Amino acid sequence: MLSVRNLHIRFRTGDGMVHAVNDVSFDVGASQHIALVGESGSGKSQIALAIMGLLAKNAEVDGEILWNGQDLLAASQRDMNRVRAREIGIIFQDPMSSLNPYMTIERQLTEIVEHHQGMSRRDARARALEVMDAVRIPDAKARLRAYPHEFSGGMRQRIVIAMALMCRPELILADEPTTALDVTVQAQIMQLLADVQQDFGTSVVLITHDLGVVAGFCEEVLVLYGGRIMEEAVTTKLFDKPAHPYTRGLLRAVPNIEDPSDALTAIPGSPPSQHRFPQACPFAPRCVDAVDTCHDTLPALQKGRACLRPVEELT
Amino acid sequence: MLNYTLRRLLMVLPTLLILVIFAFYLMRLAPGGPFTSERPLPPAVMANVLERYGMDEPLHVQLWTYVRNIVCCFDFGPSFSQKDRTVNDVIAQGFPVTLTYGFWSAVFVLVLGIPLGIIAALRHNGFWDYTMTGLAIFSQIFPNFVLAPLLVLLFTLSWGLLPGGGWNGGQWQYVVMPAIALGTSYMASVARLTRGSMLEVLNSPYIRTARAKGLPERTIILRHALKPALLPTLTYMGPVFVYMITGSVFVDVFFSTGGIGQDFINGAYSRDYSVLLGLAILYAVLTFALTLMVDLLYAWIDPKVRAGLA
Amino acid sequence: MILSAARRRLQSRAFAEERAPEMIASRSFWADAGRRFLNNRMAVFSVGMLSLLILFSIFGNLFARWSYEEIDWNMLGRIKEDGGPSLENGHWFGVDELGRDLYARVVQGTRTSLLVGFIAGPVSVLLGATLGALAGYYGGRLDRTVLAAYTIWLAIPYIIFFVVWQAFFGRSMSQMILVIILVNWTAGLLIVRGQVMMLKNREFVDAARMLGMSDFKIIFRHLAPNVLWVVVIYTSIVIPEVIMMESLVSFLGVGIQEPNTSIGALLSQGASTMTFGTLWQLGFPAAIFVIAQVSLFYIGDGLRDALDPKDR
Repeated sequence: MLSVRNLHIRFRTGDGMVHAVNDVSFDVGASQHIALVGESGSGKSQIALAIMGLLAKNAEVDGEILWNGQDLLAASQRDMNRVRAREIGIIFQDPMSSLNPYMTIERQLTEIVEHHQGMSRRDARARALEVMDAVRIPDAKARLRAYPHEFSGGMRQRIVIAMALMCRPELILADEPTTALDVTVQAQIMQLLADVQQDFGTSVVLITHDLGVVAGFCEEVLVLYGGRIMEEAVTTKLFDKPAHPYTRGLLRAVPNIEDPSDALTAIPGSPPSQHRFPQACPFAPRCVDAVDTCHDTLPALQKGRACLRPVEELT
Repeated sequence: MLNYTLRRLLMVLPTLLILVIFAFYLMRLAPGGPFTSERPLPPAVMANVLERYGMDEPLHVQLWTYVRNIVCCFDFGPSFSQKDRTVNDVIAQGFPVTLTYGFWSAVFVLVLGIPLGIIAALRHNGFWDYTMTGLAIFSQIFPNFVLAPLLVLLFTLSWGLLPGGGWNGGQWQYVVMPAIALGTSYMASVARLTRGSMLEVLNSPYIRTARAKGLPERTIILRHALKPALLPTLTYMGPVFVYMITGSVFVDVFFSTGGIGQDFINGAYSRDYSVLLGLAILYAVLTFALTLMVDLLYAWIDPKVRAGLA
Repeated sequence: MILSAARRRLQSRAFAEERAPEMIASRSFWADAGRRFLNNRMAVFSVGMLSLLILFSIFGNLFARWSYEEIDWNMLGRIKEDGGPSLENGHWFGVDELGRDLYARVVQGTRTSLLVGFIAGPVSVLLGATLGALAGYYGGRLDRTVLAAYTIWLAIPYIIFFVVWQAFFGRSMSQMILVIILVNWTAGLLIVRGQVMMLKNREFVDAARMLGMSDFKIIFRHLAPNVLWVVVIYTSIVIPEVIMMESLVSFLGVGIQEPNTSIGALLSQGASTMTFGTLWQLGFPAAIFVIAQVSLFYIGDGLRDALDPKDR
C-alpha cells in the first residue's frame, strides 16, 4: 500500500546541510501496524512529514514514496491535497498547538468532510458527532461549539485523532501521539488507537521514541538512528532477541518492572552530527561493541540489521 | 463583556483625574506664564488680568474650580491667549479638521498596510516582500516631518497638482497630503507587523494541521491564518491611532490645516495653559477610548481572551 | 600503546571535520551572536557609515572655514544666487537663510543629534528596563502602580513635557537630553517586565532563591544577563526614535536654543525656505539624517537577526 524507497531528506540551514534521513526504505500493507522508533533527531518525524508532503521549505528530498502506485514526492499540490486526510491521515505530536485556537471544534472537524466529500454542514456535523463518539469524547453534542482551549490535553488529542478519522483514511501516521500527555492518559490514547484500528481496519505507522508504547500495538518495528534504519524486526523478536547494539542499548534503558534489581543503563554519548552524509556506522562512536572497521565502513541493512559485527559477538 | 466594559470605563475616571491634577500642577508650577512678556505689565494691570482669569486664588482652589466646571457644565474655561475665545471654541473648531484627515489617514494605513503585509508574507522573499521591506526602510528614513516637505516639493512646487497647505472646508485636495504624510510610516509598520505575524502563523503547527487536511491554500489563509495573523496588528493599532492623533501636531503645523495640533503648538508658545490642558484631556480621552475599543475587538476575535473577560 | 578505537577516532581528521561545525554551534550565545552580526554585510557596512558620521561630528570642525554662529555679511541679500555650496568662499555646504555657514552648522547639528540619541536612548531604555524588571519580579502593588503610571504617562502628549521643562530649566543640550530621558522612561518597560515575569518562574531562579540569594542579587546577577539581549535589541530601536523625537520637537520650535542647532532644526529651516529655491539648505541636513537613520536601521536589524535568530 505504502512503499518508501531509498528516502533521503536533507535540510539547508545557516550552518550547512543537515542530513536528517539517509536511505530509508520500508513498506506498510493494508491494516498493518508498524512502528518507527528512535530518539529525537533520528529523522522519524521527518519521514511522516515527507509522506504528507509537509516538509519545511528548506528540505531536499530524494527517493520514492509510493502510495498505491503513485509517487507522492512527484505529485502536484492538487493531487497531494486529494491524498491528504482522505487517504492518509496524520496525528501530530502536540495536541495543544496543532488545533487552531481561533476556530470551534465543530468547524475544524466538519471542514474536512465538507471539502473532501462535498457534505452539507448538517451531514458533516452528524459525521463529526459520530467520530467524536468513536474517540470517546463525552457529551460530544454540547461540546461541538467549544474552542480547543476549553478541553484538557487528553481530550484535545482525542479531537486530533477524530480529525484524522473524519474521512476514514486507509493509513494513519501517528507522530508521537502520546508524548505530550500524562502517563494514564497515554495508555487510554494507545488503547483508543488500537480500537480505532480494529473498528476501521486502518493501517497505522506509529512514530515514537518509547519502546514501551510499541509493545502490544505494532507487529513490526523499525529502529532508526542518525537517520538510518538500524534494525527492522517483528516486535516480539525485537524484544526477545535484539540484534543491534543500539536496540540493545534502548531496551536496557527501559525500566523492567518484573526485576527491579535490573539496573537501568543509559547509552553513553549524544546523537551524531548530521552535517555530513554518514561515512561510517552513525552509532559507532557510542557503541560498546564497535571495532576499528565500524568507524570507517557504512553497514548495509541485511537480514533486518545494519551492523558489521555478528550477532553472537555482541555484548 | 458588558461588565468588563463598564469596569474599564469606571477605571478611566480616576485615571483622568490623576492626569488632570498632574498636568495642572506641572504647568502652573513652571516659571513664567501666559501673561509674562518681554515688556512686563504694570503690577496693577497684571493683578487685574490675573483676577479676571481667577488666577489670583490658591492653586488648589483653581484646580477645584476647573474640575467642577468640566464635570458640571463641560466647560474647559477661557483661553488665556486668544481673547474672547473659550477652550471649548478652540477644540470645536480644530478637532473636526484633525479628525477628518486623521480618519482618512487611518483608512490609508489599514487598507494599504494590511494587504501589503499579507502579500509580502505569502510571497516570502519575492518581489512584493522586497518592495515592502523597501517601503519600511523608506518610512523609517522619511518620518512625516521629512516626508511632508518632500510631498510639497513634488506635488505642489514641481507638478502643481495639490495645494501645499490650508484646509478650505476639507475639500479632498486639501486632505490628501496631510493624510499621506501622517500615515505613511504607520502604514509601513502595519505592513511589517502583519507580514511578521502572518509568517509566524503560517509556520505554526495548526496551519500544518490545516495543510494536512488537504484544504486548498486559499481556505487555509482566509479561514485559518487571517484572524490570528491580524491580532498583533490589532493590538498595535490602538497606540497607532493615538500616535496618529498626537503626531498630527506636526502635520497641522506644516500644512496649516487649522487642526488642534496648531492650537497645541500655539498654546505651547504662548503658555496658554488652559488650551494645553484642555487638549491634553482630549488626547487622553481619545487614548483611553481607542485602547478600550481595541481591547474589546481583540476579545471579540480571540475566544481565550473572551473567556478570560467573562 | 593501546589506543582504543574510540580514542583513535577522536584524534582522526574525519572526526575534526565532522565535529567542527557542531563546535561552532555550541559556542556561547554572545560569541555566536557576534559571528552572526559580522556575517551581516549590511549591518557591518552600516557600523562603518555610522562611525564615519561620528568622526564627522567630532572632527568636521577642523575643516570648517567659518564658525557655526558667524554671519557672512557678504552673503546677505544674495543668498539665493550665491549662497549655494562653493569651494571658493569656504561655505562647503552653502549658507543658511541668515548667512551662516551651513557646513559648520551641520557638523554642530550632527553632534547634537548623535549625542542626544546615544545618551538619551540607552539611558531611558535602562531606566525603563530596571523599572520593568522590578515590577515584573515583585508583581502585586508595585506592578500595578508602575503600570498605572505608564498608562497615564502615555496619555499625555509629550510636547507638554518639553514646554514645561524648558520653562523651568531652559533649552540647553543637557536639559534636552534630560527631558528626552524623562519622556521616554516608558521605552523598554513592558518588554522587560514581560521577560522577567516569564523568567522568574524558571528553575534557576528557584535554585538561586533556595541558596538564600537576595532578590537584588537574583535580579541583577541572574535575570539581567538573560534579558540583556532584549534590552540590546530594544535600545537599537529606541536610539533612532529618540533622534527622531529630538528632530521633531526642534522642527516644531521647542527644541534646542539658537545658535546651537540640531539636524531637526536644520531640516525645519531648510523646509521653510525651500519655496525660495535654496534647496541645499534642506538637502544637506536631510542627507545626514537619512544616513544616520539608514545605518541605525540596518544595525538594529542586524542585531535583531544576530540575537534572535529564530525570529527569521
